[in-house]
Amino acid sequence: MSDQALFRIWRGDASGGGFQDYKTNIDSGMVVLDAVHRIQAEQAPDLAVRWNCKAGKCGSCSAEINGTPKLMCMTRLSELNLDMPVIIEPMHAFPSIRDLVTDVSWNFRVKKTIQKFQPRKPDNPDGTWNMQQADVDRVQEFRKCIECFLCQDVCHVLRNHGKHDEFIGPRFFVYAAALEMHPLDTADRIQDLRKKHSIGYCNITTCCRQVCPESITITENAIIPLKERIVDRYFDPLKKFFRIL
Amino acid sequence: MAEYQTYPYDVLVIGAGGAGLRAAIQAASTGLKTGVVCKSLLGKAHTVMAEGGVAAALANVDDRDNWRVHFSDTMRGGQYLNNWRMAELHAKEAPERVRELEAWGALFDRTKDGRILQRNFGGHRYPRLAHVGDRTGLEMIRTLQDHGIHSGMDVHMECTVLSLLVDSGRVAGAFGYDREKGHFILWPAKAVVLATGGIGRAYKVTSNSWEYTGDGHALAYRAGAELLDMEFVQFHPTGMVWPISVRGILVTEGVRGEGGVLRNSEGKRFMFDDIPDLYKTQTADSEDEGWRYTQGDKNARRPPELLTRDHVARCINREVKAGRGSPHGGVYLDIAWIKQHIADAPVHIKRKLPSMYHQFKQLADIDITKEAMEVGPTTHYMMGGVKVDGDSEMSTLPGLFAAGEVAAGLHGANRLGGNSLSDLIVFGKRAGEYAAEFAKKNGAGAIDEGQIQGAVNEALSPFDRGPSGENPYAIQHELQDTMQDLVGIVRTEGEMSRALDQIGGFWKREARAGIGGHRQYNNGWHTAMDLKNLLTVSEAVTRAALVRKESRGAQFRDDFPEKDPEWGKKNNIVRRGDDGGMIVESRPVTPIPPELKAIIEEMK
Repeated sequence: MSDQALFRIWRGDASGGGFQDYKTNIDSGMVVLDAVHRIQAEQAPDLAVRWNCKAGKCGSCSAEINGTPKLMCMTRLSELNLDMPVIIEPMHAFPSIRDLVTDVSWNFRVKKTIQKFQPRKPDNPDGTWNMQQADVDRVQEFRKCIECFLCQDVCHVLRNHGKHDEFIGPRFFVYAAALEMHPLDTADRIQDLRKKHSIGYCNITTCCRQVCPESITITENAIIPLKERIVDRYFDPLKKFFRIL
Repeated sequence: MAEYQTYPYDVLVIGAGGAGLRAAIQAASTGLKTGVVCKSLLGKAHTVMAEGGVAAALANVDDRDNWRVHFSDTMRGGQYLNNWRMAELHAKEAPERVRELEAWGALFDRTKDGRILQRNFGGHRYPRLAHVGDRTGLEMIRTLQDHGIHSGMDVHMECTVLSLLVDSGRVAGAFGYDREKGHFILWPAKAVVLATGGIGRAYKVTSNSWEYTGDGHALAYRAGAELLDMEFVQFHPTGMVWPISVRGILVTEGVRGEGGVLRNSEGKRFMFDDIPDLYKTQTADSEDEGWRYTQGDKNARRPPELLTRDHVARCINREVKAGRGSPHGGVYLDIAWIKQHIADAPVHIKRKLPSMYHQFKQLADIDITKEAMEVGPTTHYMMGGVKVDGDSEMSTLPGLFAAGEVAAGLHGANRLGGNSLSDLIVFGKRAGEYAAEFAKKNGAGAIDEGQIQGAVNEALSPFDRGPSGENPYAIQHELQDTMQDLVGIVRTEGEMSRALDQIGGFWKREARAGIGGHRQYNNGWHTAMDLKNLLTVSEAVTRAALVRKESRGAQFRDDFPEKDPEWGKKNNIVRRGDDGGMIVESRPVTPIPPELKAIIEEMK
């Protein structure tokens, strides 16, 4: 590995900005966030970057590295071609606050629009339930989500078409799927998913699944089964017929 | 006059990890107007990092377990310096709090008969930790977050609290700024709950996130509240040691709970060499017995790898110092070896320890199902903190409450793994409940504009000095070196005195810290603001550690390597003197009532 590398970092805010180059020393095993921190400590103290655990567990340091949505803390410099500048940009699907930090508050507002967990009555007199591991497994996959919002960033319905007012994005389909498939849950979110949350806009290009740092099979395990439930309820001709009767 | 926005609350919670969210849910459930202020986005707090599990005597896996065993395990781990009332309440209430999480949507791993599964952990006599693979903290914070957003609380994300406002001896609110825009905010509040977590960022090698700058400790101290047990900093025995940039990241104790073993460069399981008397009767005397214990054999005793964290950390330290360490200055933690016992070991390991597999694969190019990990001690947890009443979690400053890592008492001289997540929900709930009660009884305090103006002036001074002032990042890095080198796992009077001198120097430089740019999301400014808190807690740790001339729990003094029975009867209190100087006082431990003492004797 070379001793120095060039980082081309987007700096600016909602009113605009541009790339600035920083050359910094690198050591073996470093991740992109380390390089950003070194630049911040030595050359650009007011460089804005959001991070927290630096261990791939909190999902704060989402950015676009050489054009790919990634966590800065989990992207090793050894994976990148350091003969070229490493380009670091904020996520594109959200408004800029400053430098690498974007305003992701929309996600927190969206979550509130999804009906909350409503468990069935407890199975046992002490208020507990019985669940088999096999039934819990598939929901546990969804609950690995660290809310980094990289799937939201890469989703073309949000990124290119800006449908933030109508469409909740892959993160919240995973969230809704976790609730819908929860062994204890009794609420019904299918109509909301179809109407209020516009799941129909998703044409399953699997971009979200490909960037998920937790390797959640977003499209196949969460979105498609939800779409199937909608089809079952609203578009099954036989069921429609029986409903009319 | 300073410009600021005002958001009044009945109960204000500072911090949105497990304790803060649980407190806010409780306060909001009483119908009071409840606000939460957090430095990060919601759901990112350090609780997400907790891996192993939440300790509660549910007795789902071993029906011999009950609150009395959990209580005595906690007291033994804390070397009997614990606040016994907290240890009692914690052991009694943890099962109910865990079941409540399930009612709010948490999905713990299951036993064969469909109940919550529990795993073994260091210092717990029976399998006691409810868990979700090795991402229990994430499950917990997400459950509380998703439940909390429908409970009526307001959340102020990415805000830093600069000071607590005090009105004639009681708390009246908090003042701070939002990090995104840099606007000042006043939160008048009838009661305030501190749930700000720990102090790990005072050290260079730590498993803690950037938020852990001792804010709550320092806010309480400056407002006049007492701190307790500040000398007890837990070093987790197993952090990553390589690559250098990830040094300190936690490797869960769950690895050892699932059968992982520690070896030195000679391939020897060195933990068998040094088993403390207090634990001799509970520890396996052969490798085979240890393995059977991890696989649920009720007649087997635990392997020495699962002794308390302070002891394991010191043994690792000893091996490395004796030249029997791994290439990057740690020792080997091997889980791959279980293939000798389990047919589909790689699949089993990935299912039981998915985050660990992922973490080593991605950050170190190591496949833990095939190779051993290199691990070494990392600063992990602060036992010391705000002194609180065991039942209500109120500090010595009326109206100010504390729960979770920022509060002290439950863990005494050392915390058992798994007792932190249960601490958050047991005492988070209690703090929220009693803060609400205080707010209803006492109403609002008066806000003093002078205190606000003082906080504003202090906050803006780094901009006045500009970029030619001292670099706040440099001061922080040097402080971390000092604490790491001089007030770490092994302590001596000489080194700690030197540390105090250096901390004095850092205080002077902190007063000259400067920063350029403007207030909008300026990490340099944020770092300058955190410095005061880091310096306050570093000084408190060092002073308290100097006073305690003995080795006990997490504190190991090379110059006083033995336990001193006299010190076993005393807690250290840190408070601010009238002249602004830091005072350490040693006070007698509150005596344990006979019925609890009898439980401890019975379980010995």
